[in-house]
Amino acid sequence: MDISFKKNIGFTGLMLALMVPALMNGQITLKGELFDSTAGQKQTLFGANVYHPQSQSGTITDENGEFSLEISRLPARLVVSYVGYQSDTLDIKDVSFISYGLSPESDLEQVVVKTRRSSQFISSFSTEQVIRVSSDELLKAACCNLSESFETNPAIDVNFSDAVTGTKQIKMLGLTSPYILITAENIPVVRGAAQSLGLSYVPGTWVESMQITKGAGSVINGYESIAGQINVELQKPVSDQPFYFNAFLAGNGRQEFNAHLNTVVSDKWHTGIYLHGNQRQRSVDRNNDGYLDTPIAKQLNVLNRWQYIDGERGLVSFINARVLRDHKISGQSAFRADLAPQSQNAWGSTIETDRADLSAKLGYVNPDITWQTAGIQGAWSLHNQKSSFGLRPYDIDHQSAYLTLLYNSIISDTRHKIKFGLNGTYDHYEERLSLDALGVNETRFNRTERGIGVFTEYAFNDLDKLGVTLGLRLDQHNLLGLFFTPRLHLKYQILPETTLRGSIGRGKRIPNIFSEHLNVFTTGRNIIIETGSDRPENNPQESTGNFYGLHPEIAWNYGFSLQQKISVGTRKMTLGFDYYRTDFERQVVVDWEQVGSVRFYNNVGSSWAQSYQFDLSYRPWDLFDMQLAYKYYDLSTAFDSGDKRPILTPEHRVFANLAYELKGIRPNHPLKFDVTFNWLGNQRLPELPQVAALYGQSFTPTVMTLSGQITKQWGPHFDLYFGVENIGDLRQDQPIINGDQPFDSDFDSSMVYGPIFGRMWYTGMRYKFE
Amino acid sequence: MKNNQKTKSMKNLITLLAVFMAMNLSAQDKNAKGSLEVDGVCGMCKARIEKAAIKLTGVKSVQWSVESHELKVIYDARKTNLDSIAKQVANVGHDTKKFTAPDAAYNAVNPCCKYRDEEVIKAHQ
Repeated sequence: MDISFKKNIGFTGLMLALMVPALMNGQITLKGELFDSTAGQKQTLFGANVYHPQSQSGTITDENGEFSLEISRLPARLVVSYVGYQSDTLDIKDVSFISYGLSPESDLEQVVVKTRRSSQFISSFSTEQVIRVSSDELLKAACCNLSESFETNPAIDVNFSDAVTGTKQIKMLGLTSPYILITAENIPVVRGAAQSLGLSYVPGTWVESMQITKGAGSVINGYESIAGQINVELQKPVSDQPFYFNAFLAGNGRQEFNAHLNTVVSDKWHTGIYLHGNQRQRSVDRNNDGYLDTPIAKQLNVLNRWQYIDGERGLVSFINARVLRDHKISGQSAFRADLAPQSQNAWGSTIETDRADLSAKLGYVNPDITWQTAGIQGAWSLHNQKSSFGLRPYDIDHQSAYLTLLYNSIISDTRHKIKFGLNGTYDHYEERLSLDALGVNETRFNRTERGIGVFTEYAFNDLDKLGVTLGLRLDQHNLLGLFFTPRLHLKYQILPETTLRGSIGRGKRIPNIFSEHLNVFTTGRNIIIETGSDRPENNPQESTGNFYGLHPEIAWNYGFSLQQKISVGTRKMTLGFDYYRTDFERQVVVDWEQVGSVRFYNNVGSSWAQSYQFDLSYRPWDLFDMQLAYKYYDLSTAFDSGDKRPILTPEHRVFANLAYELKGIRPNHPLKFDVTFNWLGNQRLPELPQVAALYGQSFTPTVMTLSGQITKQWGPHFDLYFGVENIGDLRQDQPIINGDQPFDSDFDSSMVYGPIFGRMWYTGMRYKFE
Repeated sequence: MKNNQKTKSMKNLITLLAVFMAMNLSAQDKNAKGSLEVDGVCGMCKARIEKAAIKLTGVKSVQWSVESHELKVIYDARKTNLDSIAKQVANVGHDTKKFTAPDAAYNAVNPCCKYRDEEVIKAHQ
C-alpha cells in the first residue's frame, strides 16, 4: 500500500492559490490537490499522477496531495490517476485551485461516489444491507453522544430516556440493544457491564462515521449479534482537524464540551487527544411530581490515540487509551446522595462508573500483492460501577480482554476473497446486588468466561450482479460449550436499478440480566430469577451454565431487502423495503406481568420478532434531501401467561427527515435546516391493576414528536447551531407509577414511553482550526 | 566425527536455502506482474475488459485504465501468460497490440464503446 495520508491544508491552500499570480512568462500554472472522495474527513493522496495529454507533460502530487503543473493554454484537460483508484479526466477552464476527490476502485466493501452524496446511504456494492452514516449526518441533531446520534436514522429506534439513567436506549428490528453488536472500530464497546450506559460513553464528536448493518452481521466480530451491527469509526489523528472545539448547552441544564488536539509526531507517527466533559447540575422537575426529570450528571472522558502509517512497508497501526468517569444522581428532589439510602425518606439513585480501555491494532498490506493483508487487534477494559437504587445496591466489576488475528487473501482471483481468523475473549464479572426491593439480602454473582473461536469468511463477487458472503465460525466457550455460528449474505442486482439482498444467521449470547435491565432496580418490585428446578419445562439433565442459573439465548435471524431506484424528474428516488424475522430458539424473558415482582426466566415456546420497513429517499432539488419511512413491528414473546407483545414497543412508527441547505452569499457560509418527525403507535403496558388505574387501559397513547435544528457556518472554521427537541412539548403524563410511596411494591419509574422533560432547546458551537 | 557433523549441518543449510530459493522463484511465478495495452473508451469497456481478463484461469487481479489504456495484471505464470490474456480480451471485442478483436466481437459491444470510431472517441472526451 503506497498510500500515505497527510494533512490537507485545504482552505489555506485555496487562499494561497488565489494569491499566486496566474500568468507567468506566458505559462499557466495549475495548482490543486487530490484526495480520497469517500473518506469522511479529507484524506489527500500522495504520489498520484496528474497528466496533461496535449503537452504530454505531467507531475505527481506531493505529500500534501498537492500538485503544480505548467501548461501553455486554457481550457485544458488533465488526467488524474492513482493506484487503487478510478482514473478521471478533469476539464480545467480557469486557474482556480483544483480540489478533486478520486473514487477507490469498487469492490464489495467500497463505495464509488461521484456527485455530492447524501449523508446516509446504502451502498449498492455491499453484499450486506449496510447503511453508511457520515459525520454530516451526525451533525443534524443534538447528538452529544452515541445514544443520541440515531435520531435522524430510521433503521434504529431510539427510546425516550428514562428519568434514572438519562440515557436513550436503542432498538433494531424490534429487539433491544443487547441483541445488537455495537463496536468501535470492530471492538465491542456496548457490552457486558456497559450495556445500559455504554452508548453515552462515546461522545458524538469522536465519531467519524458509522456503518449500520441490518440482520446477521459478519462472523469476524463474534457470535453474539442477532438483530444487527453498528460499527463506529472514531476520529483518526491523521484525518481529524489539528484542533477542534465544541461547546453545547441545553435547556435542561446540560453542558458539554469537546476538544480534539491532533499532532504529527514524525513522518510515520501521529497522535490525538480527545477530551469530553459534560455536566448537569440543576435539579429540574417540570411536571412537579417530586422527581427529577433528568439526572444530575457529570462525565469526564479522555481518549488518546496513536496512529502509525508506513506506506512503503504497508504497515498501519493504532494504539488507543481511554479513561472515563461518569456520575449520575436521580430520584426524588429531596434525595441526598451524600446520605445513606437507609437514613432518608426520599427515593433516589446514584450511579458511579469508572472505566479504562486499552486497545491496539496492527495491519499489514503486502505492497506487491495488495490482496494479501493481515491484522492483529487486541483490547482490554476494566469497568467498575457502583450504584444504588432506593434501598437496593447494585455494583458490577467487569474485566474484559479480546484478541483477534485476521488474514485476508484470495482464492484464484480477486472475485473470490477469503478471510481466516482466530479470536479469543476473556470476561470476568463480579456483581453484588439485592434481589428484594428493600435491600435486605445481598446476593453476589461472579463468573469468568473464556472463549476461543476460529472463523472463515468467503466472499464472492462476479463483478456484475451477484455477491455472496458466507461466514462460518466455531467457538469453544467455558460456559457455552462448543458451537457453530453460520452467517450468509447474498446480493443480486436484478436490474441495473434494482437490488435484492438476503441474509441469514445464528446468534448465541449470555444475557447479563442486570446490566442490560438496570430499569428493574428502579421499581418497588422484587427480582425473581426462575432457574432450572423452578421450571418444570427445563430438562434437569441439561447444564444451565454458570450465569444466574439460566440458559443462553439462541436466535436465528433472516430477512431480505429490496432497493429500487426510479427516475423522478431529472433525479433518482430510492425506494426500499425490508423484512427481517428473528426466531428465538431460546430466550431469557423479562416478565413484568406479575404484581410486586419482575421475573427472569428461560421461556418455553417460541418468541419471534418481525420487522417491516418501507423507506423513500429523494432529493427534489439541489441541497434538499428528504427521507421518509414507515415501520411495522409484529412481535411476540412467549411469557408464562401466554404469548404477548413485549412491553413498551410500538407496533407502528412513522419517520421523516428533511434537510435543506441555503447557500450563503460567500462560499462556505451555508445555513442548514434539519427537521425530524417521529410518530409512534400505541405501546403495550403490563396488565397490572396499578397500570390500569393510572392509564385506564393497558396501552400507551401514541407519541408524536418534532425536532428541528438550524446550523450556520462561517467558513470552514466556525459553526453555530440551535435546535429544539420535541417542539410540540409533548410529555408523558405521570411517568412514575405510585411515586408517593416509593418504598411500596407498586412503585415503578421504569414505564417510560414518551418524553418526560417536554420541549427542550439547545445550542452549540464548533470551532475547527487547521 | 565433529567435522562430519559440521558438513552435515552445512549440507542441511544449503538444502534449506535451495528450498527457500525455489519457493521464492515459484512465488514470483505465482504472482507475476504484467501490463498490456488494450483499446477502449469508457467505464463500460473497463468492466468488460476486466471481467474477461479475470475469468481466465491463472489471472489473479486486473486493472484497466480508461486514460492510459493500460491493463495491469497479476497472474500465475505457470498457468497462463500475457498472450492468452490479450487473446481473451480481444475475444470480447477489445484490440490489443498483438491481437485484434474479431469483427463479430467488436460489433457486439455497446454502441457507446465503439472505440475504433472517431466520433465515439470524441464523444467521450
